[in-house]
Amino acid sequence: MTTRLYIRREATFPVFEINVLEAADQQLLEISRELGVGLNLQEMKAVKEYFKKKGRNPTDVELQTIGQTWSEHCFHKTFKGKIKMGEKEIDSLFKTYIARVTEEINPKWCFSVFEDNAGIIRFDKGYGVAAKVETHNHPSAIEPFGGAATGVGGVIRDILGVWADPIACTDVLGFGPLNFDYSKLPPGVKHPKYIYMGVVAGIGSYGNNMGIPTVSGAIYFDESYIGNVVVYCGCVGLLPLKKFSKNAKPNDIILLAGGKTGRDGIHGVTFASAELTEKSEEVSRPAVQIANPIEEEKLKRAIITVRDRELASAITDLGGGGLSSAVGETAKKFGCGAVVELDKVPLKYPGLAPWEIYVSESQERMLLAVPPENLGKVLEIFENEDVEATAIGKYTQDKLLRIYYRGEKVAEMDISFLFEPPKTVRTAKYEPSNFEEPVFPEPKNLTDIVLQLLSSPNIASKESVIRSYDHEVKGNTTLKPLQGEFGGPNDAAVIKPLENSWKGIAISCGMNPNYGKIDTYWMAASAIDEAVRNNVAVGGRRIALLDNFTWGNPEKPERLGSLVKACEACYKFARAFRTPFISGKDSLYNESPLGPVTPTLLITALGIVPDIRLTVSMDVKEAGDAVYIVGRTFAELGGSEYYRLKGFVGKTVPKVHGVQAKRTFSAITKAVDLGLVKACHDLSEGGLAVAAAEMAFAGGYGLELDLRKVPCEALARNDFVLFSESNSRFLVEVSERDKKDFETLMKGTVCAEIGTVSEKQRLCIKGLDGEAVVDASLAELLASWKKTLSSGV
Amino acid sequence: MRVGGTNCDAETKRAFDELGVHAEVAHVNELVKRGRLLEYHALVFPGGFSYGDYVRAGAIWAKWILAKMGKELKVFVDENRPILGICNGLQVLVEAGLLPGFEGVSPYPEASLATNVPPGYNCRWVYLKHENNGKCVFTSKIPKGKVLRVPVAHSEGRFIFAKEKEKRLLERLYENDQLVFRYCKKNGEYAEGHYPANPNGSFHDIAGICNPEGTIFGLMPHPERAFYWWQQPDWTRQRQMPQCGDGKLIFEGLINHLEKEK
Repeated sequence: MTTRLYIRREATFPVFEINVLEAADQQLLEISRELGVGLNLQEMKAVKEYFKKKGRNPTDVELQTIGQTWSEHCFHKTFKGKIKMGEKEIDSLFKTYIARVTEEINPKWCFSVFEDNAGIIRFDKGYGVAAKVETHNHPSAIEPFGGAATGVGGVIRDILGVWADPIACTDVLGFGPLNFDYSKLPPGVKHPKYIYMGVVAGIGSYGNNMGIPTVSGAIYFDESYIGNVVVYCGCVGLLPLKKFSKNAKPNDIILLAGGKTGRDGIHGVTFASAELTEKSEEVSRPAVQIANPIEEEKLKRAIITVRDRELASAITDLGGGGLSSAVGETAKKFGCGAVVELDKVPLKYPGLAPWEIYVSESQERMLLAVPPENLGKVLEIFENEDVEATAIGKYTQDKLLRIYYRGEKVAEMDISFLFEPPKTVRTAKYEPSNFEEPVFPEPKNLTDIVLQLLSSPNIASKESVIRSYDHEVKGNTTLKPLQGEFGGPNDAAVIKPLENSWKGIAISCGMNPNYGKIDTYWMAASAIDEAVRNNVAVGGRRIALLDNFTWGNPEKPERLGSLVKACEACYKFARAFRTPFISGKDSLYNESPLGPVTPTLLITALGIVPDIRLTVSMDVKEAGDAVYIVGRTFAELGGSEYYRLKGFVGKTVPKVHGVQAKRTFSAITKAVDLGLVKACHDLSEGGLAVAAAEMAFAGGYGLELDLRKVPCEALARNDFVLFSESNSRFLVEVSERDKKDFETLMKGTVCAEIGTVSEKQRLCIKGLDGEAVVDASLAELLASWKKTLSSGV
Repeated sequence: MRVGGTNCDAETKRAFDELGVHAEVAHVNELVKRGRLLEYHALVFPGGFSYGDYVRAGAIWAKWILAKMGKELKVFVDENRPILGICNGLQVLVEAGLLPGFEGVSPYPEASLATNVPPGYNCRWVYLKHENNGKCVFTSKIPKGKVLRVPVAHSEGRFIFAKEKEKRLLERLYENDQLVFRYCKKNGEYAEGHYPANPNGSFHDIAGICNPEGTIFGLMPHPERAFYWWQQPDWTRQRQMPQCGDGKLIFEGLINHLEKEK
């Protein structure tokens, strides 16, 4: 380490002044690297400029604070920055595509969106629903259990951070193939099985211990996830809107509540904003935090009490960047400055340098702003719950951030400077993928294919995982992740959050990484369609969306190009469906020695069920009922599970026809409200055949279907009709006496009766030539669906 | 009563509220501080992960109460005021020596709730067969042999005795009419240890027991999660919606008993 760049101050504790003023460009980068602040040259120069004006060098505390605040993870440079793509110049992906949907639709029921830790929509007159989905990919790749557990803990604090009481969790995960050959693993990359076990156990342990039901989720397997595990943790909360107080004023006390602060989670955000390497394990292990759900359980109780007694003026969670971002962002939000005394912060063990205390990401901590006159009452509430709470400073009139340690000033910066990093300008390039449409004959035995598809990891039952999560706690889960005696896969979960109301919340998700390999635009469109149709299938409407991007290194033009495409689709189709985005999160730099992650967009949909008594489940209910298919089937098998099974990717990725789809969704909703729909299941991976099989074995009745009646376009092969993954399609069970009404209602949509529910315990499907092409007993269908992941975790 | 890590208190309280009974959720700290335990007619240890279930599930809470309010608790028990333990609550009652309590409160745990077989956390609906002949004040209104449907959610619910004593102790459970619920199949046949009907490998399919007086009752399943019809896993299939879930019977039983006592 070149010493003259770092001058240790005369002090009873370690604090350095960093000699940026005399540093040449090369040395600026050296400093950034050596201190692990992850600032690029442009940014380091901005720092140099600022302190030149101040006529002094920054301290390590100041430089670290800047590093945290300007990191991709905290500031989302890529989404907020400028992007040049061919002729086009985009000023902020976020504003141009994501936020714009919400602005243009501008629904009255959006209470607070993209404002806070979580988005809030109105539930009824008095209550709001808060939602947030987090990514925790990087930590989970290093330490699966801790990484996933703290992911859950973090997103729950995001909900607490808007004064909401967490009522449900979601988890969507992406792993490498569990049977991947050990010998092929590059050094530093852990085996998918190990990561799978750790992540699933981590998520379960946190949600279960906190008593929050994990009600919805999905698990995908893809080669590209071997080096880049994907971990999305979501949380939904409920809050009385009139208790939502965010109005911190100068002189309000900065109260740090919850766990003690230690060296765990130092530089978590800078780590999360870099690619994973062979060295990540040793270099970044400390970046992974340690979870203690019980601490957060107690913290939650205290915070809800403080909320109900209206004793605090603001709240935010400590996540990425620890105190440094929480204090800074709060001060910024309320146009104040802040004074912090770091020696007041309760530590797990002595010996932390001031900068470590300020950026540590130790878990289970929240930051409250408390008017001085309420401090006593608030401290008592925390004490009653055995939770530590300490006043560590106060907000001030001036717009300065001042940090002291043992009476000595170790930092003084303008808040405005902290939140005006130099705008990043990136260039993007879009290249269409060069996959070819495969040519192969139609297989003789399609029954076998159906059985194989049912046991393919992406379709197979996730029961062994779902049951390791408590999805019943709180006793409000009215539509569970697994349906009926045989545990069929419901399209969405429904929660009934209020005792005196039948109103419910439907939570669903959509994710199609395999389409992303071909075309990220249609992947995004499909993810939105899938999330929405899953929600509609159970009776959800007035749907709000959350977007979560897991992408590769955005500094590489073609990666960024595919991201831009996905964002364009987000705007176009969220707009078409009139489903605003209310919150989101991006995790970029998901690259490992094995290459980049498959671009993966998770769309989470939050719908309202006006009366849960009308909720529809996916299992067929009664022999003799009619079965309809709603929505048109196209020759869209690109990225399908069928092609994957055959060893292809293909080119004909499923598209979305916005107007037609919207019409279909509204019609289904009407039918549900009129009680005409006895069962409804969306068609996704595996297409018609898989959806039909799932409905049948979940309900314990057979199905007799006829492919000749399926509304198709340019489809002349049984396997294509059976396995095409065209969007916006449903299978619907309607009782004989309701057929007329249902058909009238569906006028203007593509809808056809394709068969009946039968007493026979078999799935029988007639082909385009009238001959049986699929004939299997429910028992064997169920068995193949359950066997793959039955081992459990 | 709750402590850090208790998390089923709200829905348990809701069950009593629904039945028109005044129930309070009181933090142990508060009860200790004000010595208020004896102000209550009945006590419930709800489900959760008290103190993170470190050491052994329920162990810390059990020792904590005995240390901080052992006296009041003894009076509470001696006066035969009813105590209900659900899931983590049962684990606490066993760790505290209140159950099975062959000779009154035992200085050491006479049984144990070991880790599930098959291992791991398991959240599913199970069937329970009512075995009690009327001793248990919580179930005296439930006909013997009735099959109830209630969910379990735990990773340490395998009820066991010390191997060398299990035969004898099981006989005593029968002699004292302490056996309350056993895991069974839909049709009422005992699970005979077979998964998933018996979700955790409990000895003799034991799901819930009471003390010889029948006033202290603990079970692993969650009656508070089977209180309303819309909590049942297959209500969307039923043409005729049931009035309520089977769990309600247990809370009603307790309330009947309290009314008699008055």
